[in-house]
Amino acid sequence: MFDITPTEWIAILLSLRVATVATWVATPLGIALAYVLARRDFWGKSLLDALIHLPLVLPPVVTGYLLLLAFGRRGPIGAFLADNFGIVFAFRWTGAALSCGVMSFPLLVRPMRLSIEAVDRRLEQAAETLGAAPWRVFFDVTLPLALPGVLAGMVLGFAKAIGEFGATITFVSNIPGETQTISSAIYSLIQTPDGDTAALRLVIISMVIAVAALIGSEWFARRATKRLHGN
Amino acid sequence: MLRVDVVKQLGEFSLRATFETEGRVTGLFGASGAGKTSLVSMIAGLLRPDRGTISIDGEIMDDTAKAIHVPAWRRRIGYVFQDARLFPHLDVAQNLDYGRRMNRLADDPTQRKRVTELLDIGHLLDRRPGKLSGGERQRVALGRALLSKPRLLLLDEPLGSLDEGRRAEILPYLVRLRDEARIPMVYVSHDPAELRQLATQIVLLKGGRVTSVGGVKVLSG
Repeated sequence: MFDITPTEWIAILLSLRVATVATWVATPLGIALAYVLARRDFWGKSLLDALIHLPLVLPPVVTGYLLLLAFGRRGPIGAFLADNFGIVFAFRWTGAALSCGVMSFPLLVRPMRLSIEAVDRRLEQAAETLGAAPWRVFFDVTLPLALPGVLAGMVLGFAKAIGEFGATITFVSNIPGETQTISSAIYSLIQTPDGDTAALRLVIISMVIAVAALIGSEWFARRATKRLHGN
Repeated sequence: MLRVDVVKQLGEFSLRATFETEGRVTGLFGASGAGKTSLVSMIAGLLRPDRGTISIDGEIMDDTAKAIHVPAWRRRIGYVFQDARLFPHLDVAQNLDYGRRMNRLADDPTQRKRVTELLDIGHLLDRRPGKLSGGERQRVALGRALLSKPRLLLLDEPLGSLDEGRRAEILPYLVRLRDEARIPMVYVSHDPAELRQLATQIVLLKGGRVTSVGGVKVLSG
Protein backbone atom coordinates (compact mmCIF):
# COMPACT_ATOMS: atom_id res chain seq x y z
CA MET A 1 0.00 0.00 0.00
CA PHE A 2 2.76 2.47 0.87
CA ASP A 3 5.01 1.88 -2.11
CA ILE A 4 4.76 5.29 -3.67
CA THR A 5 5.47 4.96 -7.39
CA PRO A 6 7.76 7.40 -9.22
CA THR A 7 4.78 8.90 -11.09
CA GLU A 8 3.06 9.56 -7.80
CA TRP A 9 6.20 11.14 -6.37
CA ILE A 10 6.36 13.42 -9.36
CA ALA A 11 2.75 14.48 -8.80
CA ILE A 12 3.37 15.07 -5.08
CA LEU A 13 6.52 17.13 -5.64
CA LEU A 14 4.84 19.06 -8.43
CA SER A 15 1.89 19.89 -6.17
CA LEU A 16 4.24 21.15 -3.48
CA ARG A 17 6.21 23.20 -5.97
CA VAL A 18 3.11 24.67 -7.60
CA ALA A 19 1.51 25.56 -4.26
CA THR A 20 4.75 27.01 -2.84
CA VAL A 21 5.41 29.19 -5.86
CA ALA A 22 1.76 30.28 -6.01
CA THR A 23 1.81 31.24 -2.32
CA TRP A 24 5.12 33.12 -2.43
CA VAL A 25 4.16 35.09 -5.50
CA ALA A 26 0.66 35.81 -4.19
CA THR A 27 1.83 36.90 -0.72
CA PRO A 28 3.39 40.32 -1.47
CA LEU A 29 0.51 41.12 -3.80
CA GLY A 30 -1.96 39.91 -1.18
CA ILE A 31 -0.38 42.03 1.55
CA ALA A 32 -0.45 45.12 -0.69
CA LEU A 33 -4.11 44.61 -1.61
CA ALA A 34 -5.07 43.75 1.97
CA TYR A 35 -3.45 47.00 3.10
CA VAL A 36 -5.18 49.07 0.44
CA LEU A 37 -8.56 47.49 1.23
CA ALA A 38 -8.08 47.87 4.98
CA ARG A 39 -6.77 51.40 5.01
CA ARG A 40 -7.75 53.36 1.95
CA ASP A 41 -11.04 54.65 0.66
CA PHE A 42 -11.21 55.12 -3.05
CA TRP A 43 -13.60 54.96 -5.94
CA GLY A 44 -14.14 51.37 -7.07
CA LYS A 45 -13.08 49.79 -3.79
CA SER A 46 -16.09 47.45 -3.64
CA LEU A 47 -15.47 46.53 -7.27
CA LEU A 48 -11.87 45.58 -6.49
CA ASP A 49 -13.05 43.61 -3.47
CA ALA A 50 -15.61 41.76 -5.61
CA LEU A 51 -12.99 41.04 -8.28
CA ILE A 52 -10.65 39.47 -5.72
CA HIS A 53 -13.47 37.30 -4.40
CA LEU A 54 -14.68 36.27 -7.85
CA PRO A 55 -12.70 32.97 -8.00
CA LEU A 56 -14.41 31.96 -4.76
CA VAL A 57 -17.90 32.20 -6.23
CA LEU A 58 -17.35 31.41 -9.91
CA PRO A 59 -17.37 27.76 -10.97
CA PRO A 60 -13.65 26.77 -11.08
CA VAL A 61 -14.06 25.61 -14.66
CA VAL A 62 -15.11 29.15 -15.60
CA THR A 63 -12.07 30.67 -13.91
CA GLY A 64 -9.86 28.12 -15.66
CA TYR A 65 -11.39 28.89 -19.01
CA LEU A 66 -11.01 32.64 -18.48
CA LEU A 67 -7.34 32.06 -17.63
CA LEU A 68 -6.98 30.03 -20.81
CA LEU A 69 -8.53 32.85 -22.85
CA ALA A 70 -6.26 35.47 -21.28
CA PHE A 71 -3.03 33.59 -20.66
CA GLY A 72 -3.22 30.88 -23.33
CA ARG A 73 -0.74 31.05 -26.20
CA ARG A 74 -3.17 33.07 -28.27
CA GLY A 75 -4.63 35.00 -25.36
CA PRO A 76 -3.72 38.72 -25.27
CA ILE A 77 -1.65 38.49 -22.07
CA GLY A 78 -0.27 35.05 -22.82
CA ALA A 79 0.93 36.03 -26.29
CA PHE A 80 2.46 39.24 -24.99
CA LEU A 81 4.38 37.49 -22.21
CA ALA A 82 5.54 34.70 -24.52
CA ASP A 83 6.72 37.07 -27.26
CA ASN A 84 8.43 39.61 -25.03
CA PHE A 85 9.65 37.69 -22.02
CA GLY A 86 9.49 34.06 -23.05
CA ILE A 87 7.12 33.32 -20.20
CA VAL A 88 4.65 30.62 -21.15
CA PHE A 89 1.78 29.53 -18.93
CA ALA A 90 -0.27 27.29 -21.21
CA PHE A 91 0.18 23.58 -20.40
CA ARG A 92 3.15 24.28 -18.18
CA TRP A 93 3.57 23.90 -14.42
CA THR A 94 3.85 27.70 -14.23
CA GLY A 95 0.27 27.85 -15.53
CA ALA A 96 -0.77 25.46 -12.76
CA ALA A 97 0.89 27.81 -10.27
CA LEU A 98 -0.95 30.76 -11.82
CA SER A 99 -4.37 29.11 -11.61
CA CYS A 100 -3.68 27.89 -8.04
CA GLY A 101 -2.57 31.39 -7.08
CA VAL A 102 -5.70 32.97 -8.56
CA MET A 103 -8.01 30.42 -6.95
CA SER A 104 -6.43 30.69 -3.52
CA PHE A 105 -6.05 34.48 -3.59
CA PRO A 106 -9.34 35.40 -1.84
CA LEU A 107 -8.55 33.00 1.01
CA LEU A 108 -5.04 34.40 1.29
CA VAL A 109 -6.11 38.05 1.32
CA ARG A 110 -8.95 37.83 3.82
CA PRO A 111 -7.02 37.03 7.04
CA MET A 112 -4.34 39.53 6.01
CA ARG A 113 -6.92 42.26 5.60
CA LEU A 114 -8.60 41.49 8.92
CA SER A 115 -5.31 41.53 10.80
CA ILE A 116 -4.23 44.81 9.20
CA GLU A 117 -7.60 46.31 10.12
CA ALA A 118 -6.98 45.20 13.70
CA VAL A 119 -3.60 46.97 13.98
CA ASP A 120 -3.88 49.92 16.34
CA ARG A 121 -3.48 53.04 14.21
CA ARG A 122 -2.44 55.01 17.26
CA LEU A 123 0.79 53.00 17.30
CA GLU A 124 1.38 54.00 13.68
CA GLN A 125 0.88 57.64 14.66
CA ALA A 126 3.38 57.22 17.48
CA ALA A 127 5.93 55.90 14.98
CA GLU A 128 5.24 58.89 12.72
CA THR A 129 5.92 61.38 15.51
CA LEU A 130 9.23 59.59 16.11
CA GLY A 131 10.25 60.35 12.54
CA ALA A 132 9.23 57.20 10.69
CA ALA A 133 8.34 57.72 7.03
CA PRO A 134 5.11 56.02 5.89
CA TRP A 135 6.91 53.00 4.40
CA ARG A 136 8.92 52.55 7.61
CA VAL A 137 5.74 52.72 9.65
CA PHE A 138 4.40 49.92 7.47
CA PHE A 139 7.44 47.66 7.80
CA ASP A 140 8.23 48.44 11.46
CA VAL A 141 4.77 48.59 12.98
CA THR A 142 1.88 47.55 10.72
CA LEU A 143 3.37 44.43 9.17
CA PRO A 144 4.94 42.92 12.34
CA LEU A 145 1.72 43.48 14.27
CA ALA A 146 -0.33 41.93 11.47
CA LEU A 147 2.06 38.99 11.12
CA PRO A 148 -0.16 36.28 12.65
CA GLY A 149 -2.88 37.10 10.12
CA VAL A 150 -0.38 37.27 7.26
CA LEU A 151 0.90 33.79 8.13
CA ALA A 152 -2.64 32.47 8.51
CA GLY A 153 -3.47 33.82 5.05
CA MET A 154 -0.37 32.22 3.55
CA VAL A 155 -1.17 28.80 5.01
CA LEU A 156 -4.81 28.97 4.01
CA GLY A 157 -3.75 29.98 0.50
CA PHE A 158 -1.19 27.19 0.38
CA ALA A 159 -3.73 24.57 1.50
CA LYS A 160 -6.19 25.78 -1.13
CA ALA A 161 -3.49 25.77 -3.80
CA ILE A 162 -2.51 22.19 -2.97
CA GLY A 163 -6.09 21.06 -3.40
CA GLU A 164 -7.01 23.13 -6.44
CA PHE A 165 -8.41 21.05 -9.25
CA GLY A 166 -11.10 22.51 -11.51
CA ALA A 167 -9.43 25.68 -12.74
CA THR A 168 -6.03 24.02 -13.08
CA ILE A 169 -7.18 21.06 -15.16
CA THR A 170 -9.22 23.40 -17.38
CA PHE A 171 -6.32 25.81 -17.91
CA VAL A 172 -3.29 23.54 -18.18
CA SER A 173 -4.82 20.09 -18.54
CA ASN A 174 -3.51 16.96 -16.82
CA ILE A 175 -0.06 16.17 -18.16
CA PRO A 176 1.98 13.79 -16.00
CA GLY A 177 5.27 15.38 -15.02
CA GLU A 178 4.26 18.86 -16.15
CA THR A 179 0.82 19.80 -14.88
CA GLN A 180 -0.44 16.69 -13.11
CA THR A 181 -0.80 17.65 -9.46
CA ILE A 182 -1.99 15.34 -6.66
CA SER A 183 -5.60 16.29 -7.34
CA SER A 184 -5.48 15.61 -11.06
CA ALA A 185 -3.49 12.42 -10.47
CA ILE A 186 -6.24 11.19 -8.13
CA TYR A 187 -8.80 12.11 -10.76
CA SER A 188 -6.93 10.09 -13.40
CA LEU A 189 -6.45 7.12 -11.08
CA ILE A 190 -10.10 6.77 -10.13
CA GLN A 191 -10.96 6.70 -13.80
CA THR A 192 -8.54 3.82 -14.40
CA PRO A 193 -9.47 0.23 -13.51
CA ASP A 194 -7.40 -0.97 -10.49
CA GLY A 195 -6.39 2.58 -9.71
CA ASP A 196 -8.20 2.56 -6.35
CA THR A 197 -5.25 1.70 -4.10
CA ALA A 198 -2.99 4.27 -5.70
CA ALA A 199 -5.76 6.87 -5.52
CA LEU A 200 -6.28 6.14 -1.84
CA ARG A 201 -2.57 6.51 -1.23
CA LEU A 202 -2.56 9.96 -2.77
CA VAL A 203 -5.72 10.88 -0.85
CA ILE A 204 -3.96 10.02 2.43
CA ILE A 205 -0.85 11.95 1.40
CA SER A 206 -2.87 15.04 0.51
CA MET A 207 -4.63 14.81 3.86
CA VAL A 208 -1.28 14.58 5.65
CA ILE A 209 -0.01 17.67 3.81
CA ALA A 210 -3.17 19.62 4.62
CA VAL A 211 -3.12 18.68 8.31
CA ALA A 212 0.61 19.42 8.57
CA ALA A 213 0.01 22.84 7.00
CA LEU A 214 -2.76 23.61 9.48
CA ILE A 215 -0.71 22.50 12.49
CA GLY A 216 2.23 24.47 11.17
CA SER A 217 0.18 27.63 10.78
CA GLU A 218 -1.28 27.21 14.26
CA TRP A 219 2.26 26.94 15.63
CA PHE A 220 3.52 29.94 13.67
CA ALA A 221 0.52 32.05 14.67
CA ARG A 222 0.95 31.19 18.34
CA ARG A 223 4.66 31.97 18.24
CA ALA A 224 4.04 35.22 16.43
CA THR A 225 1.34 36.27 18.89
CA LYS A 226 3.59 35.43 21.80
CA ARG A 227 6.45 37.36 20.27
CA LEU A 228 4.19 40.37 19.89
CA HIS A 229 2.61 40.47 23.29
CA GLY A 230 4.76 38.69 25.80
CA ASN A 231 8.33 38.45 26.81
CA MET B 1 8.64 80.15 19.78
CA LEU B 2 5.39 78.44 18.91
CA ARG B 3 2.79 80.31 16.87
CA VAL B 4 -0.59 78.78 16.27
CA ASP B 5 -3.47 80.28 14.34
CA VAL B 6 -5.81 77.53 13.18
CA VAL B 7 -9.41 76.72 12.36
CA LYS B 8 -10.66 73.16 12.35
CA GLN B 9 -14.17 71.75 12.11
CA LEU B 10 -14.57 68.33 13.72
CA GLY B 11 -18.15 67.21 13.31
CA GLU B 12 -20.26 69.57 15.45
CA PHE B 13 -17.21 70.92 17.22
CA SER B 14 -15.38 73.92 15.88
CA LEU B 15 -11.88 74.77 16.99
CA ARG B 16 -10.48 78.25 16.45
CA ALA B 17 -7.27 78.82 18.29
CA THR B 18 -4.77 81.63 18.06
CA PHE B 19 -1.86 81.97 20.41
CA GLU B 20 1.85 82.51 20.60
CA THR B 21 4.07 81.23 23.38
CA GLU B 22 7.68 81.42 24.30
CA GLY B 23 8.60 79.64 27.44
CA ARG B 24 10.05 76.41 28.61
CA VAL B 25 6.71 74.80 29.41
CA THR B 26 3.50 76.01 27.88
CA GLY B 27 0.55 74.63 29.81
CA LEU B 28 -2.48 74.00 27.64
CA PHE B 29 -5.35 74.04 30.08
CA GLY B 30 -9.02 73.25 29.57
CA ALA B 31 -11.86 70.91 30.49
CA SER B 32 -12.22 67.67 28.56
CA GLY B 33 -13.81 68.44 25.20
CA ALA B 34 -12.20 71.88 25.01
CA GLY B 35 -10.17 70.77 21.99
CA LYS B 36 -6.79 70.30 23.66
CA THR B 37 -5.93 66.99 22.01
CA SER B 38 -7.06 68.15 18.56
CA LEU B 39 -4.86 71.20 18.97
CA VAL B 40 -1.72 69.24 19.92
CA SER B 41 -2.43 66.74 17.14
CA MET B 42 -2.34 69.63 14.73
CA ILE B 43 0.93 70.91 16.18
CA ALA B 44 2.34 67.39 15.82
CA GLY B 45 1.16 67.20 12.22
CA LEU B 46 -1.16 64.23 12.79
CA LEU B 47 -4.21 66.37 12.06
CA ARG B 48 -4.43 68.97 9.31
CA PRO B 49 -6.01 72.33 10.05
CA ASP B 50 -8.82 73.44 7.72
CA ARG B 51 -7.32 76.90 7.63
CA GLY B 52 -4.44 78.67 9.29
CA THR B 53 -0.77 78.50 10.13
CA ILE B 54 1.48 76.78 12.62
CA SER B 55 5.14 77.66 13.01
CA ILE B 56 7.95 76.78 15.38
CA ASP B 57 10.86 79.19 15.78
CA GLY B 58 9.82 80.85 12.56
CA GLU B 59 9.80 77.62 10.61
CA ILE B 60 6.45 77.02 8.98
CA MET B 61 4.85 73.65 9.70
CA ASP B 62 1.43 74.40 8.30
CA ASP B 63 0.21 77.19 6.07
CA THR B 64 -3.03 76.31 4.34
CA ALA B 65 -2.95 79.48 2.22
CA LYS B 66 0.36 78.35 0.71
CA ALA B 67 -0.65 74.66 0.77
CA ILE B 68 2.21 73.84 3.12
CA HIS B 69 1.86 70.84 5.39
CA VAL B 70 5.03 69.30 6.79
CA PRO B 71 4.15 65.65 7.58
CA ALA B 72 4.44 64.53 11.20
CA TRP B 73 7.49 62.38 10.53
CA ARG B 74 9.48 65.35 9.24
CA ARG B 75 8.59 67.76 12.04
CA ARG B 76 10.92 66.54 14.76
CA ILE B 77 8.21 67.13 17.33
CA GLY B 78 8.10 64.59 20.14
CA TYR B 79 4.70 63.46 21.35
CA VAL B 80 3.96 61.71 24.63
CA PHE B 81 0.44 60.32 24.46
CA GLN B 82 -1.88 59.77 27.37
CA ASP B 83 -1.82 56.05 26.63
CA ALA B 84 1.99 55.68 26.17
CA ARG B 85 1.63 53.83 22.82
CA LEU B 86 4.80 51.82 23.18
CA PHE B 87 5.43 49.30 20.41
CA PRO B 88 4.31 45.98 21.92
CA HIS B 89 6.56 43.86 19.68
CA LEU B 90 9.76 45.69 20.66
CA ASP B 91 11.46 45.65 24.04
CA VAL B 92 12.04 48.80 26.04
CA ALA B 93 15.57 49.34 24.68
CA GLN B 94 14.31 49.06 21.08
CA ASN B 95 11.40 51.38 21.84
CA LEU B 96 13.80 53.94 23.26
CA ASP B 97 16.11 53.67 20.26
CA TYR B 98 13.40 53.92 17.61
CA GLY B 99 13.31 57.71 17.20
CA ARG B 100 17.10 57.92 16.96
CA ARG B 101 17.14 55.29 14.22
CA MET B 102 14.31 56.92 12.29
CA ASN B 103 15.97 60.33 12.37
CA ARG B 104 19.35 58.80 11.47
CA LEU B 105 21.01 60.32 14.51
CA ALA B 106 24.38 59.05 15.63
CA ASP B 107 24.34 56.70 18.59
CA ASP B 108 24.71 58.79 21.73
CA PRO B 109 25.39 56.58 24.77
CA THR B 110 25.83 59.57 27.10
CA GLN B 111 22.44 60.98 26.23
CA ARG B 112 20.86 57.53 26.48
CA LYS B 113 22.41 57.04 29.90
CA ARG B 114 21.27 60.46 31.05
CA VAL B 115 17.70 59.89 29.96
CA THR B 116 17.44 56.37 31.39
CA GLU B 117 18.86 57.64 34.67
CA LEU B 118 16.65 60.70 34.72
CA LEU B 119 13.58 58.53 34.24
CA ASP B 120 14.90 55.60 36.23
CA ILE B 121 14.16 53.01 33.54
CA GLY B 122 17.59 51.38 33.22
CA HIS B 123 16.39 48.15 34.82
CA LEU B 124 13.52 47.78 32.33
CA LEU B 125 15.54 47.78 29.10
CA ASP B 126 15.07 44.13 28.10
CA ARG B 127 11.38 43.95 29.01
CA ARG B 128 8.39 44.11 26.71
CA PRO B 129 5.82 46.88 27.27
CA GLY B 130 3.26 44.21 28.18
CA LYS B 131 5.24 43.49 31.35
CA LEU B 132 5.43 47.09 32.55
CA SER B 133 3.21 48.96 35.01
CA GLY B 134 1.30 52.02 33.84
CA GLY B 135 3.80 54.39 35.41
CA GLU B 136 6.78 52.56 33.94
CA ARG B 137 5.18 52.60 30.51
CA GLN B 138 4.64 56.34 30.69
CA ARG B 139 8.25 56.91 31.75
CA VAL B 140 9.49 54.82 28.83
CA ALA B 141 7.23 56.76 26.45
CA LEU B 142 8.73 59.96 27.79
CA GLY B 143 12.25 58.60 27.29
CA ARG B 144 11.41 57.43 23.79
CA ALA B 145 10.19 60.89 22.79
CA LEU B 146 13.22 62.59 24.39
CA LEU B 147 15.75 60.35 22.70
CA SER B 148 14.43 61.27 19.25
CA LYS B 149 15.91 64.71 20.09
CA PRO B 150 12.81 66.72 19.24
CA ARG B 151 12.79 70.50 18.94
CA LEU B 152 9.50 70.59 20.80
CA LEU B 153 7.93 68.04 23.10
CA LEU B 154 4.17 67.65 23.31
CA LEU B 155 2.81 65.96 26.42
CA ASP B 156 -0.89 65.18 26.18
CA GLU B 157 -2.09 64.50 29.71
CA PRO B 158 0.78 62.10 30.30
CA LEU B 159 -0.52 61.45 33.81
CA GLY B 160 -4.15 61.19 32.73
CA SER B 161 -4.38 57.41 32.70
CA LEU B 162 -2.60 56.97 36.04
CA ASP B 163 -3.96 56.86 39.59
CA GLU B 164 -2.97 59.32 42.33
CA GLY B 165 -0.01 57.30 43.57
CA ARG B 166 1.45 56.87 40.10
CA ARG B 167 1.01 60.56 39.33
CA ALA B 168 3.01 61.46 42.38
CA GLU B 169 5.61 58.97 41.15
CA ILE B 170 6.01 60.60 37.71
CA LEU B 171 5.58 64.29 38.47
CA PRO B 172 9.09 64.70 39.95
CA TYR B 173 10.56 63.23 36.74
CA LEU B 174 8.69 65.84 34.73
CA VAL B 175 9.98 68.63 36.92
CA ARG B 176 13.52 67.32 36.46
CA LEU B 177 12.95 67.07 32.76
CA ARG B 178 11.83 70.68 32.60
CA ASP B 179 14.90 71.83 34.49
CA GLU B 180 17.48 69.63 32.81
CA ALA B 181 16.43 68.72 29.29
CA ARG B 182 16.26 72.14 27.67
CA ILE B 183 13.55 71.13 25.24
CA PRO B 184 10.55 73.43 25.02
CA MET B 185 7.37 71.62 25.98
CA VAL B 186 3.64 71.94 25.53
CA TYR B 187 1.96 70.29 28.46
CA VAL B 188 -1.74 69.48 28.17
CA SER B 189 -3.77 69.03 31.32
CA HIS B 190 -7.13 69.66 32.92
CA ASP B 191 -5.52 69.67 36.36
CA PRO B 192 -4.55 73.19 37.58
CA ALA B 193 -2.36 71.79 40.37
CA GLU B 194 -0.25 69.85 37.87
CA LEU B 195 0.23 72.91 35.68
CA ARG B 196 1.12 75.15 38.61
CA GLN B 197 4.00 72.82 39.35
CA LEU B 198 5.23 72.52 35.77
CA ALA B 199 4.18 75.29 33.45
CA THR B 200 5.89 78.60 32.89
CA GLN B 201 3.11 79.93 30.68
CA ILE B 202 -0.56 79.02 30.33
CA VAL B 203 -2.91 78.91 27.36
CA LEU B 204 -6.54 78.57 28.47
CA LEU B 205 -8.82 76.75 26.09
CA LYS B 206 -12.59 76.71 26.46
CA GLY B 207 -15.09 75.26 23.99
CA GLY B 208 -12.58 75.35 21.14
CA ARG B 209 -11.50 78.98 21.75
CA VAL B 210 -8.44 80.41 23.46
CA THR B 211 -9.80 82.53 26.31
CA SER B 212 -6.54 83.74 27.83
CA VAL B 213 -2.78 83.47 27.61
CA GLY B 214 -0.42 84.42 30.42
CA GLY B 215 1.49 83.30 33.49
CA VAL B 216 0.33 80.54 35.83
CA LYS B 217 -1.84 83.06 37.62
CA VAL B 218 -4.44 82.91 34.81
CA LEU B 219 -5.33 79.48 36.22
CA SER B 220 -6.86 81.09 39.30
CA GLY B 221 -8.67 83.79 37.29
